[in-house]
Amino acid sequence: MSDCYINGIANISAQPTSDPNLFLDEIISHKESIFRSHDPNYKEYIKPAAMRRMSKSVKMGVTAASMALKSSGVEMPDAIITGTGMGCKQDSEKFLEKILYDDEQFLTPTLFIQSTHNTVGGQVALGLGCKAYNLTYVQGAASFETSLIDAQLMLSEESEKNVLVGGIDEVAKNSTLLHKLDGQIKGDDINVIDLFNSGTGGTVHSEGATFMVLSGEKTENSYAKMVDIETISKASEVEIKDIIESFLDRQGVTMDSVDAVVLGNNGDIGYDHYYENLQTSIFSNTEQLCYKHLIGDYPVASSFGFWLGCKIFENNRVPSILKVNEVSAKKYDTILLYNQYLGKNHSIALLQRC
Amino acid sequence: MSKGVAITGMGIISSIGNNVEENLNALKSVSHGISRIDLLETRHRDQIMVGEIKKTNNDLERELGLNPLNSFSRTAMLGTIAAKEALADAQISDVNEYRTGFISGTSVGGMDTTEKYYLQYPESEENRRYIKAQHAGYTTQSVSNYLGIHGYVSTISTACSSAANAIMLGARMIKAGKIDRMIVGGTDALSKFTINGFGTLMILSDEECTPFDDNRKGLNLGEAAAFLVLESDEIVEKENKNILGRVAGWANANDAYHQTASSSDGEGAYLAMKKALKIAGLKPQDIDYVNAHGTATPNNDLSEGVAMTRIFGEENTPVFSSTKAFTGHTLAAAGSVEAVYSLLSLRENLIFPNLNFKTKMKEFSLVPQTELIPKEMKTILSNSFGFGGNCSTLIFTK
Repeated sequence: MSDCYINGIANISAQPTSDPNLFLDEIISHKESIFRSHDPNYKEYIKPAAMRRMSKSVKMGVTAASMALKSSGVEMPDAIITGTGMGCKQDSEKFLEKILYDDEQFLTPTLFIQSTHNTVGGQVALGLGCKAYNLTYVQGAASFETSLIDAQLMLSEESEKNVLVGGIDEVAKNSTLLHKLDGQIKGDDINVIDLFNSGTGGTVHSEGATFMVLSGEKTENSYAKMVDIETISKASEVEIKDIIESFLDRQGVTMDSVDAVVLGNNGDIGYDHYYENLQTSIFSNTEQLCYKHLIGDYPVASSFGFWLGCKIFENNRVPSILKVNEVSAKKYDTILLYNQYLGKNHSIALLQRC
Repeated sequence: MSKGVAITGMGIISSIGNNVEENLNALKSVSHGISRIDLLETRHRDQIMVGEIKKTNNDLERELGLNPLNSFSRTAMLGTIAAKEALADAQISDVNEYRTGFISGTSVGGMDTTEKYYLQYPESEENRRYIKAQHAGYTTQSVSNYLGIHGYVSTISTACSSAANAIMLGARMIKAGKIDRMIVGGTDALSKFTINGFGTLMILSDEECTPFDDNRKGLNLGEAAAFLVLESDEIVEKENKNILGRVAGWANANDAYHQTASSSDGEGAYLAMKKALKIAGLKPQDIDYVNAHGTATPNNDLSEGVAMTRIFGEENTPVFSSTKAFTGHTLAAAGSVEAVYSLLSLRENLIFPNLNFKTKMKEFSLVPQTELIPKEMKTILSNSFGFGGNCSTLIFTK
């Protein structure tokens, strides 16, 4: 396996995470089951004329991409790979509703043009004038991780490349509400910070973007080394335990040498047992960190875990709001990430300080 | 020349046939699948021509033996039919005997069911199982779960180059030894969403489409699914497998010109073809035939044509045709549909014609192949381009 370094990273979420100098020092308290991102000043990154037509995904994506490139010192990436679970839902929804309410009449092209899943990837390329490889993955909760697998593969082919990888998902007015109807989102509003004690089915939903610059070469800007990453489409909780153990085995790592695990618990009593089964067994002696009570859940929410890992290495500390067990690590050199959604689209990743 | 990655199976369903054999027969007898819309409900029914598969969703459900309460969209059902055929063709009975993954390209995913039930969801619980089914990744997992593939599964959605990118990714992963076997391709069903979307762009033809013709009026939308089985050389040797062809070259580049339109110099297409040739270790003159993207829109055919003249030289451009006048533009599936046709061309030593062409374009001297002809071929280049400036090229060898 060739090396894969995270040389730049930026995040926009429902917390003030876009300021690179902060690390969850202030927490915004959300009280609804669907809530929006905490926005940076997009005007600093996007011209007003261009911004008028941009949906939230495009604004978040273009801005986070620009921030991540800046933090890596790379001006022109050699590839742009984006992941999104639901794509440009806002424009898709508006176009669909116009079709349905106006019986397929009086339509204009802009919404359709911006509805494709690769809109953000295309817009980032257009903005940079980047003619390189440009792909978009849409695999539910593993959308960001399947993008990373491609980046890792690309660096094994040509290690000197700089690959810009991003995950983006947005809330759309009505389509997001549909996920309340089918039980994916909690019916009643809750105090989101208490998510893990909700005792109800479904989760809380939000939006955000994470972009990273990956390269096969370590630089002075390197935040972390991504040792390996794996996605599993479907597995039982027993199978997942075995899969995580053999994943670690392949890296020559034991749980004893993992300093912290970052888990995707989302307060859904129907599926959090996937995590709890690990928290009470192979992870029981390891510091456990969760974050969806801060940023909510959405298909690329797991990308926040990568941002967390990088920030923990950078700051050498863990904000207490993330801790969900009594174990405290002595150092933070090796972090394991695990996420799943509805028992599907599992992902495992191992980060190391570099 | 690069040896490339072995293709050991293929499957397809399109408006010209429900399996590989039927598609081949239609291509050989030069009978296209473009018609008026019979099944999809839309007010544009009598205004446009499409490549519609004349099977209702109930027909497809029965064929697949699905439970009445399934949440398969039409896109997922078409994908399952084609992927099943590809596995059978590769004589795979135990899908998990080797590390096996699945990559599907789709543009709209389950939009066909969403647009049917969207307005009913708040009032009626009946069809709410389809809410999740709208998402592209769910479509893919409907297929992968049906096939019993539970490890690496991913969906690529780069509009009309999606399936080509899925084939590229599968080849790269096998070449790197990340996986032993990958089922790759794409699926898209007709939907009101895409019909109206392309309608607003004014690029739908009201007649049978005419790729590379000077008077071309736009594209015919189509629906289809096609999948290939890619296997490592270790499996091929161990099991003494029949090889249909190899994916020897692949590349993706971005036009970085406009969100939907292609540049007039075909820069993205040029870069994709150039890099794919480099990866395959081939020179432009090694290409025996080009299966062009050739959607029959004014913009695409000009941009792609210019890119071909830049790669091959205007006088030395190989025999080329677009098969979209047979099937319509099947969007995310187009790359894998045309991969199947390219493999059939290699196997049968036949070039399938570019239908409905009459008048050479003003901008260059390129003329597509308009009759079915025999030709001994070793190497075929296939293009697929999509919104977002997405340009992909695949090279298949015997």
